[in-house]
Amino acid sequence: MMTAPHLPGVALQIRQVYDRNPSVFQPVGPHSKAIATLGWTLIVAATVVFIVVMTLLLLPIWKRRHASVEDGPPAPVSETAWLLYAGTLAPAAILAGVFVLTLGAYHAARPSGTGGLTIEVVGHQWWWEVRYPDEHILTANEIHIPVGREVRVVLTSADVIHSFWVPNLAGKTDLIPGTTNIAWIEADTSGTWRGTCAEYCGMQHAHMALTVVAELPGDFNRWTEAQRGVSAAPTDSATLDGEAAFLSSQCVYCHTVRGTQASGRIGPDLTHIGSRLTIASGMLANTRGNLGGWIENPDQLKPGTKMPAVPLGAGQLEAIITYLESLK
Amino acid sequence: MAAAVELVEIDSLTDRLEQTWNTPKTLYGALSTVDHKTIGKRYLATAFVFLLLGGAQAGAIRAQLARPNSHLLSPEAYDQLFSMHGTTMIFWYASPILSGFSNYLVPLMIGARDMAFPRLNAFSYWTFLLSGLFIYTSALTGAIPHGGWFAYVPYTNAQYSPGANMDFYALALLFLTISTTAGAINFIVTILKMRCPGMSVSRMPLFMWSTLTTSVAIVFAMPALTAALVFLEFDRRFGTHFYDPVRGGAPLLWQHLFWVFGHPWVYIVVLPATGMASMIIPTFCRRPIVGHVYVALATVSTGIFGFGVWAHHMFATGMPALSTTFFSAASMSVSIPSGIQIFAWLATIWAARRHVLATPMLFMLGFICLFVIGGVSGVMTASVPFDWQVTDTYFIVAHLHYVLVGINLFPVLAGFYFWLPKMTGRMLDERLGRWNFWVLFVGVNLTFFPMHAVGLRGMPRRVYTYPSGMGWDWLNMAESIGAAVTVIGILLFVINVLRSRKFGAVAPSNPWGAATLEWATSSPPAEYNFVVIPIVGGREPLWERHDALLGPTADTDLAPVNSVQLATWRVLDDGKETLESTLLDADPQAALHMPQNSLWPLVLALCLTGLVSACLVGAPSWTVIAALSTCAAVGGWLWPKASTLPPSRIVA
Amino acid sequence: MSTFAFEHPRDGVLREGARGRTSRPKTTGWWGMVWLCATEAMLFASFLGAYFFLRGNIDAFAAEGGRYVPLTLPAIMTVVLLSSSATAWWAERGIERGDSVRLRIGLGVTMLLGLAFLSLQAVEYSHRDSSWTTSAYDSLFITITGFHGAHVAAGLLMNAYVQLRAWLGHFDDEHHAAVSNVLLYWHFVDGVWVLLFAVLYLSPRLF
Ligand code: HEA
Ligand code: HEA
Ligand code: CUA
Ligand SMILES: [Cu+2]
Repeated sequence: MMTAPHLPGVALQIRQVYDRNPSVFQPVGPHSKAIATLGWTLIVAATVVFIVVMTLLLLPIWKRRHASVEDGPPAPVSETAWLLYAGTLAPAAILAGVFVLTLGAYHAARPSGTGGLTIEVVGHQWWWEVRYPDEHILTANEIHIPVGREVRVVLTSADVIHSFWVPNLAGKTDLIPGTTNIAWIEADTSGTWRGTCAEYCGMQHAHMALTVVAELPGDFNRWTEAQRGVSAAPTDSATLDGEAAFLSSQCVYCHTVRGTQASGRIGPDLTHIGSRLTIASGMLANTRGNLGGWIENPDQLKPGTKMPAVPLGAGQLEAIITYLESLK
Repeated sequence: MAAAVELVEIDSLTDRLEQTWNTPKTLYGALSTVDHKTIGKRYLATAFVFLLLGGAQAGAIRAQLARPNSHLLSPEAYDQLFSMHGTTMIFWYASPILSGFSNYLVPLMIGARDMAFPRLNAFSYWTFLLSGLFIYTSALTGAIPHGGWFAYVPYTNAQYSPGANMDFYALALLFLTISTTAGAINFIVTILKMRCPGMSVSRMPLFMWSTLTTSVAIVFAMPALTAALVFLEFDRRFGTHFYDPVRGGAPLLWQHLFWVFGHPWVYIVVLPATGMASMIIPTFCRRPIVGHVYVALATVSTGIFGFGVWAHHMFATGMPALSTTFFSAASMSVSIPSGIQIFAWLATIWAARRHVLATPMLFMLGFICLFVIGGVSGVMTASVPFDWQVTDTYFIVAHLHYVLVGINLFPVLAGFYFWLPKMTGRMLDERLGRWNFWVLFVGVNLTFFPMHAVGLRGMPRRVYTYPSGMGWDWLNMAESIGAAVTVIGILLFVINVLRSRKFGAVAPSNPWGAATLEWATSSPPAEYNFVVIPIVGGREPLWERHDALLGPTADTDLAPVNSVQLATWRVLDDGKETLESTLLDADPQAALHMPQNSLWPLVLALCLTGLVSACLVGAPSWTVIAALSTCAAVGGWLWPKASTLPPSRIVA
Repeated sequence: MSTFAFEHPRDGVLREGARGRTSRPKTTGWWGMVWLCATEAMLFASFLGAYFFLRGNIDAFAAEGGRYVPLTLPAIMTVVLLSSSATAWWAERGIERGDSVRLRIGLGVTMLLGLAFLSLQAVEYSHRDSSWTTSAYDSLFITITGFHGAHVAAGLLMNAYVQLRAWLGHFDDEHHAAVSNVLLYWHFVDGVWVLLFAVLYLSPRLF
């Protein structure tokens, strides 16, 4: 098992969280499918061009491989001028075709429709703030969408340029400070896919992933319901201790847990952290061990992260983990 | 009737030229020389060292990425490595190495005795060298640039990149643009005004066309980068708001300015290389290139179209549909001239009775192969929706290496195997050369081809590590192995060059039976290049065998003659002289007095180094002092020597 | 006699050309200066490109970029600079006729006008109610006009250089390449100002 240095508890495998590799050629939505088709067509065309040119290049060399001494004057240009004309017209034709396909895919992948569900995503170094304005939901690093519905993602940035990319669903759209961009995602089947930040945004650009969960409408509604409210107040003593420890710790300066005094806005909202699949913006699966390792030394897992290691008394860490896991 | 004719004693003439042009082998001579051949060789050597440095950085990158979740490098170290790798390769290797070839070859190919502005030429080299040293001193301070080679704001502004890292980047590049622009202007004037009689525009070697196009492109493209960098430094230093969306600026302004420069630049770093192909391929096909005029036109139009496609680097920024599709179409059409060039080479190969598969030709065949792969992947990314998926992934990294390694590194190595004998007088070893080629060809493809796949499988670029199990692991391992093979390939080349110094066969004046004027000189050529100004009667002077036109150059296969009759303007032995000729027809116009060796170029370059250093540490008083000394140096440089008054004398 | 007695078909033409030539051929230095001006022109084009990009895309900038700027002072500056081009031209024609006195006078007046322009620019700056760190518009306005001012200053230095040589009597009707190159640069700098004037000062009133 792949572990982080000096962090025995932490397991770095993240792949099993997702249903597919984040591949352009494993599309699960209309937009990505349109692009995948275009992609295959382009690859075929490119391969044909390559083979033709290579044949034209190597054939004469092979044919004349035994020609030795300077024999006679070189062939008159007219003999091969056809290559020049063909080499001008054929590519022009191919390119015209490619451009037409491009326009087609362009409109398939960038619908200008407005309806559907709207999600606001704000990029931060290095995590994703996620809002559902109509559903009054605030969460982070995890997006839930209903299957078969076109979702409008409104993208802005709180600091530097990031780029929103869920390969299985759609191409990239940048998050640019001072600008608002729109991305469209839609899933045909339910499942969980990995998204990632695609524009270099600093030290932890590599660990700025997000998770997209497509659910059947019923599940989706249940999820929104749960997210809108606050999670049930703790009852068992362990969790209560955890809550106390959490609220007395420095965590509250940066994190919000709705329904408590914890109302920091610097870090991700933790109201339903227990229900999320990943932590540390898609770097780690949401397990006890990972939570512990992450809270204990964030900077070792994600050098440069803005989250400090907060001093915690004996047993406090365990308690806090229990509490966070209870925040479903 | 004839122009003024002199009876010339060739032997005494060569002696006189020897004396007037010779540079003493002293320290002073080394620092003050303005000989384009020395400067060209320095460019080549220095740029090659930068290739090695950039390659070493690439090696570290590949070591880190060989396995998932690896901890060889810290994120900072990784960011600095890929930033320096890209910046070094693009700015201090890819373009200067071609300037090196142009510097050495342009005067020789057009039958001139030096560049139009020899001292400016020396200055270009010194600023190139010093700007490179300047950006590498960041390694000593630890504040190494970390913004990638295109340094997008706001990440690179003072708020998110405090510390001198990006100041090193911005100031070093501003410094380098001076060198590049000066060099470009020098090439333009040289090619336009100093071609030997008979070399009308229609007879210029294609390498002249590509150097000319590139230089003009530099003159027009560079300022956009200068503007972008000036804005960046002002924002960082003085709190202006060019890129600050809160106060009416825009981060996208940087992207537009950078790519308005950036895309022309990528053609700037390949066109001279394609020009080399148009010189080398015909030589080994033993025939003139097919479609000379087409190729010249294609070269020029590539340079022009190159200015109309920049926004294809910004397809994901949410530009309006109209401009997006426009830039998509433009980017595709720019590949038609490239196609014309490729098919002209193919036609030449077809029309050849036989092909000499010497090492330079091998590299040229490999170059065509890589060119097509990199080109078509470029066309794929020009297709907007596809680009939305592959932009900022390893697919792009694959594209940019196929074009840069394919259309720059391979022709450059071909050029070394082809012209190094002319420069050093020693042949490189053919057997080693073949090994060199095949190892490098395998290594490069093994390194970069899998990057297409890993990119399509969703791996973003500029990540210092990646999770396991995403379908990227073994591909990355393959790439890293490929990188190791590539390094061996490069080392084979280095070995070949080093051993040739001692054991290499002595090179005749025209070892490849090539057609252009540089091969009419001895290997290596005399300081004055040509005993008398040659005259050319066609595009392939050495194949038309009008040796009479070429004159008694140090060694043609003519019987040596001691006394001959020549038009006055062909002798030009009254001090350091070469011929100025008319723009289009290259008719003799005036005898140019070439400046003597001078320390001023070095002094001025050092003053500028002081200036950028003062700006870096932000010391106003020192900045003023450096600025004043810079002006003083310019004055000292320009002040005429008594000997150079009057400046020029009209011929005949 | 050896093959080298060869006659290039152009030899004859050549001499005629050299004889019959009325105006001297442009020196390589002049061509160098032309290309220097070309690249400088692109620098200002990039600046103005930035201006139009921001004005066209960023509302906050457009609000200020479309702001009327007082015209009288810049108008006077324009007149001053253009007349300096005229005097420069007058000076150059002078030396072409071998009149070095006229050259010195012309250069001197040109220099005075250049200095006048710079002082007027200083006055204009002092009247601005905002600094260049107030907004992107101010940053750009000051940077563009400031860069142009720096070019004027550079032109004045070159002017001083050729004047010194003029007093040392380096120039005659045949040999004054340095003068032509310096004055070419001067005309270029003046031309740039006209462009800046049109864009930064006039265009807000037009669109
Ligand atoms: C050596 C420099 C070089 C060259 C020559 C090219 C050539 C081309 N490039 Fe490339 N490009 C780069 C260097 C170069 N590029 C770099 C460094 C980047 C990345 C910058 C970064 O982000 O770091 C980049 C990125 C880049 C992008 C942006 C990708 C992204 O970031 O999202 C695009 C998009 O359109 C593109 C397109 C093209 C095209 C259409 C060509 C065309 O000119 C190619 C034309 C040639 C051919 C097509 C082959 C020969 C033609 C034929 C054999 C005829 C038949 C062909 C057809 C019918 C298709 N390039
Ligand atoms: C001409 C340009 C050029 C060249 C030749 C290369 C050559 C190589 N490049 Fe580079 N590369 C770029 C231009 C170039 N690159 C650019 C512009 C970028 C984008 C940067 C950015 O994103 O900002 C990039 C990015 C880039 C990346 C992506 C980094 C990232 O996105 O995270 C990678 C990763 O594998 C890589 C690898 C390599 C390798 C393995 C080589 C190999 O071909 C190198 C082969 C080795 C040598 C040529 C030298 C041999 C070395 C020795 C002999 C060692 C001895 C020498 C010393 C000790 C000094 N390059
Ligand atoms: Cu955020 Cu990369
Ligand atoms: Cu480009």
